[in-house]
Amino acid sequence: MYVYDEHDRQILAERVAQFRHQTDRALAGDLAEDEFLPLRLQNGLYVQRLAPMLRICVPYGMLRSDQLRRLAKVSRDYDKGYAHFTTRQNVQLNWPALEDVPDILAELAEVEMHANQTSGNCIRNTTTDQFAGAQSDELVDPRPYCEIIRQWSTYHPEFAFLPRKFKVAVNASELTDRAAVQVHDIGIEIVHNDAGELGFRVHVGGGLGRTPMVGPVIREFLPELDLLTYLEAVLRVYNRYGRRDNKYKARIKILVKALTPEGFAEKVEEEWSHIKDSPTRLTPDAIARVQSYFTEPDYAALSNDPETLVAARSEHKAFDKWVTRNTDAHKKPGYAIVTLTMKKTGVPPGDVSDLQLEHIANVADRYSFGEARVTHQQNVVLADVRQDELYELWQAIKPMGFATANLNTLTDIICCPGGDYCALANAKSIPIAESIQRKFDNLDYVYDLGDIDLNISGCMNACGHHHVGHIGVLGVDKKGEEFYQVSLGGSSQRDASIGKILGPSFASEHMPNVIEKIINVFVENRTDEEAFLDTYRRIGITPFKERVYA
Amino acid sequence: MPEVITQDGQIKADQWTLVERPAEGETIELPTGPAIIPADIWYANKNQFAGRDDVGVWLESHDEPGILADSVNDLPIIAVNFPKFTDGRGYSSARLLRERYGYKNELRAIGDVLLDQLQFMKRCGFDSYALRADKDIQLAAHCLNFFSQAYQAATDTNEPLFRRRVS
Repeated sequence: MYVYDEHDRQILAERVAQFRHQTDRALAGDLAEDEFLPLRLQNGLYVQRLAPMLRICVPYGMLRSDQLRRLAKVSRDYDKGYAHFTTRQNVQLNWPALEDVPDILAELAEVEMHANQTSGNCIRNTTTDQFAGAQSDELVDPRPYCEIIRQWSTYHPEFAFLPRKFKVAVNASELTDRAAVQVHDIGIEIVHNDAGELGFRVHVGGGLGRTPMVGPVIREFLPELDLLTYLEAVLRVYNRYGRRDNKYKARIKILVKALTPEGFAEKVEEEWSHIKDSPTRLTPDAIARVQSYFTEPDYAALSNDPETLVAARSEHKAFDKWVTRNTDAHKKPGYAIVTLTMKKTGVPPGDVSDLQLEHIANVADRYSFGEARVTHQQNVVLADVRQDELYELWQAIKPMGFATANLNTLTDIICCPGGDYCALANAKSIPIAESIQRKFDNLDYVYDLGDIDLNISGCMNACGHHHVGHIGVLGVDKKGEEFYQVSLGGSSQRDASIGKILGPSFASEHMPNVIEKIINVFVENRTDEEAFLDTYRRIGITPFKERVYA
Repeated sequence: MPEVITQDGQIKADQWTLVERPAEGETIELPTGPAIIPADIWYANKNQFAGRDDVGVWLESHDEPGILADSVNDLPIIAVNFPKFTDGRGYSSARLLRERYGYKNELRAIGDVLLDQLQFMKRCGFDSYALRADKDIQLAAHCLNFFSQAYQAATDTNEPLFRRRVS
C-alpha cells in the first residue's frame, strides 16, 4: 500500500493548516456562507439535515489497520461512536461539529488520511476494484495508476472549480468490472494493445444521477505514459465547455452527448496534441516508484483446500455457506479473498460502530497483513486470508455481525443514507432496505435466487446507484409523501446498462410485496443456469409489469 | 488609488482603468490614462491599438483566449474576468495564454477574486490580482502561499513532484 514520503506529509500538513484558517474566518464571519461552501465541500464537509457530515477519503478503498483504529478514535471522540461506509469507497461521520473539523483533519493526517475533494465540483476520489492485486484475472494491479491519478488531481490548480463533480474509476480485469467504470465521468480500463503494450481504453461521460448514461469509449488505446496528459486534456475541454448555466446539465455526460462522442473525442485529441509531451507526461521511473509500494505481501507457500478447511466446511453448515458466498478465489494457492458484509438486517447498510472498526483492524492484522478495503457495495474486504485460517476468522467476525453470508444476494443491498440523514434526499431509504431484508429472511431461499443487485437511492443524485441495480429503487417525493419508483435490468458490470422504470411508484409499505412479486416472476421463468439479470434480459419487462400492477 | 496584489504578495497602486463593454451600437470611449478594454474590440481595431503600452484587454470567462493568439505580446496587460468565483474557466484561459500562446506580460485576475482562490490563480500564470473590494488585502500574501510545493506541473513549474522524486 502507498506510504507517504516527506512531500506528501508536508503538502497534507499545509492543507490542514489552510482549512483551519478558512474555518476560523468562516466562524468569525469574514467568509460568507456561499464563499465558504465550496471550500468546505472540497474538504468533504456538508451541512446536513441534523448536523454537519464529514466524508473522509479512502483512496481507492484501501485502509491500513492503524487508519481503521484512528477512524474509530475520531468517531468516538468527535462523533457518536459510529461511521458509515459510502458507495464510493469512502467513510462518513454523521455528527461532527464544524469547529472540530480542523482537529479531526489533524488527527487523520497523522495516519496519512484526509478529506480532500470528497465533495464539491472537483476531481473526486479515484476508485477501483476492491479485489485489486489479489485476484487472478487482472492484467496488472490498477492501484498504482489510481495513486498516480490521486496525486495529479490533488489541489489541481486548473480544475478546482469545474462545472460539476468529476469521478474517475479504474479497472484492470478483462472478465469483471467491480469498479463500474462505465458509469463514471471517466472510466479507465487497463488493456494491452495488439503489440502487447500496456495502456488504457478510456470511457468518458458515463454517470448516474438525473440523466443516467453508459460512458462511450472515446479512445480505444492510450499509451501508459500518456495517462495524465490525456486526463488533463479531457478535463480542460470539460472545464472550458461544460455547461455552467444549469446544474442538472453540467456533468460531462451532457457535453459528450451534445458534441457526440466522436465530436468530443476530436476536441480532446486537438487539446491533447498540444500537451502530450508536456512535463505532465509520466515517466517509466515515476510509475515504477509508485508500483514499488504495491508489491505482494509475504505470502506463504500453500495449497488450495487444506484439510482443516475441508473438515470445518463439512462439519459446520453455516460456515460452509459463508465460505461459498462471502469468499472469492485468490491468485495465490491456499489464500482467499474474504468480504465482511455490513448488511445485517436491522443495521443501516454500511454503518459501523467504533468498536467494530477496531475489530476490523484487529482481524486485518491477525489474518490479512494489516490491510482492509472498502467496497462500493458498502462492505469490507480482507484480501489475503489463508484458507486454513478461514474458520478461525469466521468465528471472530460472527459476533460482530460481519458474517452474514449474503454477499451479492438480494439482501446485500446498496443503500444511501437517505432521508434519515441526508439533506438532499426526497425519501428515506434505510427503512426500505430493512423491510426488504426482513421479508427475505430465509437465507436458503436467498441463496437459491443467486446473484441479485438491489440498489436503493433516496433521491435522483443516485448515491445508492439505483440505475445500475438489477432491481433499482428510487425514493421520490409526491406532494410531501414518500414514494418509491422501481426499475429493472440495470448493471454496473462489463455489460453495463441503465435499468428501465417499471411503472408508477409505490408507497413504502407496499415495497416488500412489490419486490416479492418481481422475484416470483423471475423464479417462475428462469432456466437452470440463469441469474436474475439473464432472465430479465430474455423475457423483458412486461411479465414483471403485469404481475406487479395486476 | 485602487490597489492590486502581485504574485509575491506585494500590494501596489493600480494605474489601469477597466472599461466595460459599450452598449450595442455605441463606440468605446477610452478614459485618460491606461485602459483595459474588451478583447474582441481591441482585436477588431488592432491597427489602432497594437503596440500601445497604455491599452490592454480583458477576456470574459467564456471568451476564447485563442483570438489573441497571434498578438498576445503586443499587449501590456491581459485581464481575465471571474464573473463568479465558482466559474473556473479563467484558470484554463490563463494557462492557455501563458503555455500555449507564450504570453509574457502582466496577466491579471479580475471580477469575483477572493482570497482562497489566489493560490490556484498564481499556479495558472496570473501574476496580479484585483481582489474584491470587501476582502482583506493584508491576508493576500498568506493565502498565496498556503502551499510550499505542489503535485502537478502547471504554469509556475515544469517539475511535477513525480519528476522531482526520481531525479
